[in-house]
Amino acid sequence: MSVTHDARVQIHNPAAAAQRPAARSWPDANNPAVWIVAAILLIMPLIANGFFLIEIFATTLILGTIALSLMFLAGYGGMVSLMQLTIAGFCAYMVAVFGVSGNANISLGWPWWLAVPMALTLATIFGTLGGALAVRTEGIYTIMITLAIGAAFYYFTNQNWAIFNGHTGINNVSTPHFWGVDWRRDIPFYYVVLAVAAICYFAVDYISRAPFGLALQGVRDNPRRMAALGFNVNAHRVAAYAVASFIAGLAGVLQVWNYRQISPGSVSVGACIDILIIAVVGGITRPIGPYIGALVFVLLRTFALDFLVRIGLDGNRFRLLIGLGFLAIVFWSSDGVIGLWQRWRQSQRPQSDHPGGGRGHG
Amino acid sequence: MTRFVERHPAWALIIIIAVAVALWLIFAVWPPGLEEAIGRKRVFLNALFNGITLGGLYFLVASGFTLIFGLMRNVNLAHGSLYLFGGYVGYAISASTGSWILSFIVAFILTALVGVLLQLLVFRRMEGQDLRQTMVTIGLSIVFADLMLWACGGDFYQVQTPNWLIGPIELPLITAVKSSGEPVYLRYPLVRLVIFLASVIIGIAMWLALNRTRIGMIIRAGVDDRDILAATGVRIQIVFVLVFALGAGLAGIAGVVGGTFQSLSPGEDIRFLLASLVVVIVGGMGSIPGAALGALIIGLAEQLGSVYIPTYAIVVTFLIMVLVLALRPQGLLARR
Repeated sequence: MSVTHDARVQIHNPAAAAQRPAARSWPDANNPAVWIVAAILLIMPLIANGFFLIEIFATTLILGTIALSLMFLAGYGGMVSLMQLTIAGFCAYMVAVFGVSGNANISLGWPWWLAVPMALTLATIFGTLGGALAVRTEGIYTIMITLAIGAAFYYFTNQNWAIFNGHTGINNVSTPHFWGVDWRRDIPFYYVVLAVAAICYFAVDYISRAPFGLALQGVRDNPRRMAALGFNVNAHRVAAYAVASFIAGLAGVLQVWNYRQISPGSVSVGACIDILIIAVVGGITRPIGPYIGALVFVLLRTFALDFLVRIGLDGNRFRLLIGLGFLAIVFWSSDGVIGLWQRWRQSQRPQSDHPGGGRGHG
Repeated sequence: MTRFVERHPAWALIIIIAVAVALWLIFAVWPPGLEEAIGRKRVFLNALFNGITLGGLYFLVASGFTLIFGLMRNVNLAHGSLYLFGGYVGYAISASTGSWILSFIVAFILTALVGVLLQLLVFRRMEGQDLRQTMVTIGLSIVFADLMLWACGGDFYQVQTPNWLIGPIELPLITAVKSSGEPVYLRYPLVRLVIFLASVIIGIAMWLALNRTRIGMIIRAGVDDRDILAATGVRIQIVFVLVFALGAGLAGIAGVVGGTFQSLSPGEDIRFLLASLVVVIVGGMGSIPGAALGALIIGLAEQLGSVYIPTYAIVVTFLIMVLVLALRPQGLLARR
């Protein structure tokens, strides 16, 4: 199977993998850059106003978390799944269907603390079933099948009026109020998003060093050998899909609370591909990559129009800019922005005495 | 054929019964009870013919896709962009010269050139890195889509059908019998039949070229093991370029066909990319007969679905895909 082998070689950066088994404890704890970034993220509401807080940083964290679930599958499992956004969108739809929304004939009106676990459970089941279908294939086939699942869901939401309310989607989804706080107001919502993103980030970081994560990386590198060692290869892959679906589902809940509505446009094929772009631009060997990619993507999406107009070009061409940037990253770096950063660090100090010197978090 | 019957007698029986029922539905005059149950025969026959001709169009797009994949293991996700590009070129040519045939030739040549450039400038540099190639094609499809939106705008274009192909013809298929006892025959647009016939001819020509010529032999050997083929002294890069040109050119032709009996607009590239993905997944990656079978199944499912279960027509096609994946993940006609 040369196909899968080649696909793996791409994802799997040997330099990063060599460091991984050595890092048993939390590797970031003594890196000052990590603490600085964490502090900045925590005091962000003091620095940024509502627009930047929600439209840039909260959106970045939400998209980054969806892309994180893709990174988990692609980086540790060797499975590039394009349906992560679809799972997030499914979860968002389920929150709107079970919770309270403007479409009273569809929404069941459950309180959020009942609707959200229900939605997460259903999204995880949905993602696991999709994953069980996708693990029957390998390498580039997985991309195509997950893309087709995403497209099928998009068309289904467009045409189903009983549950998904067709192409208008579900509007005015209510957001949680408790302990006297409206959790959708800018600052509380930012902290909710930050907390969820941090939990997902550290969970993925932890799993990558836990026995399950190590076995998963073994499955990525040599499935036949892992099977010979007694590991159930397919079960590990499906379990990875379940974990990734749960993470994507969490991001989906945040997404529907952020926009207060969900429609087929949010789960379109283009949006599915955007998640792949985010993950690849950031880098898919480290959990921090998707968040960097998401920041780049959101900044481009928000400011490219103004930027292009200012330098005298047509502002509508911002997708061209994104596409060209993506092409450039894929061409020159196999591991996105992280890979570029690492290469730059290595060229700065060629005779580094400790092997962890290339770790560029932040 | 006989081996298939020997190995799967139950399946063979089911297929024979299905074919018999289909033939009866097409040729017999429907009894009134059936017309009451599932509607008029004219509607059924129209949907059937639309499905078959749409299958022809899907085959044109998907055969290039599957050929490129089969030889180069390159999932060309920019294939939809090549389709749309061919369509726009065909529209421009037929609008300026008025010649329908010429638009096919120019569209084929130009998209084939784009394919050659892609292979030489992009894919050759990252040979053997399938995932990276796929990512690059995603990036290219975004760039192409935006460039074409820039150049052609968001309008709908339709390629003008030539005069000698306009209008319906009568087919020797009875749709109903009048109360006077006089039979009513099916009338169907000539252009769609001609296009379908052309795609069948292209398909047979490709099959013959692959199975009866030397270059076809080289390509088939390359599908099986390109490293050994290169080791035997075949200049495989030239074969790659040729196959990429042919696959891209077919997408360009399909663009003109699609522009003639549907329309061209931004977003069609994604639609046809997905259609060819589903077609090759159902039929089997890398197999030309598989692409033909898959295209027929998907085209029929889409058209019959849109007549009989209009809400979920597109979902039906994806359901078929899921079913095939669950039962036979390598596709219906793939060898592995």
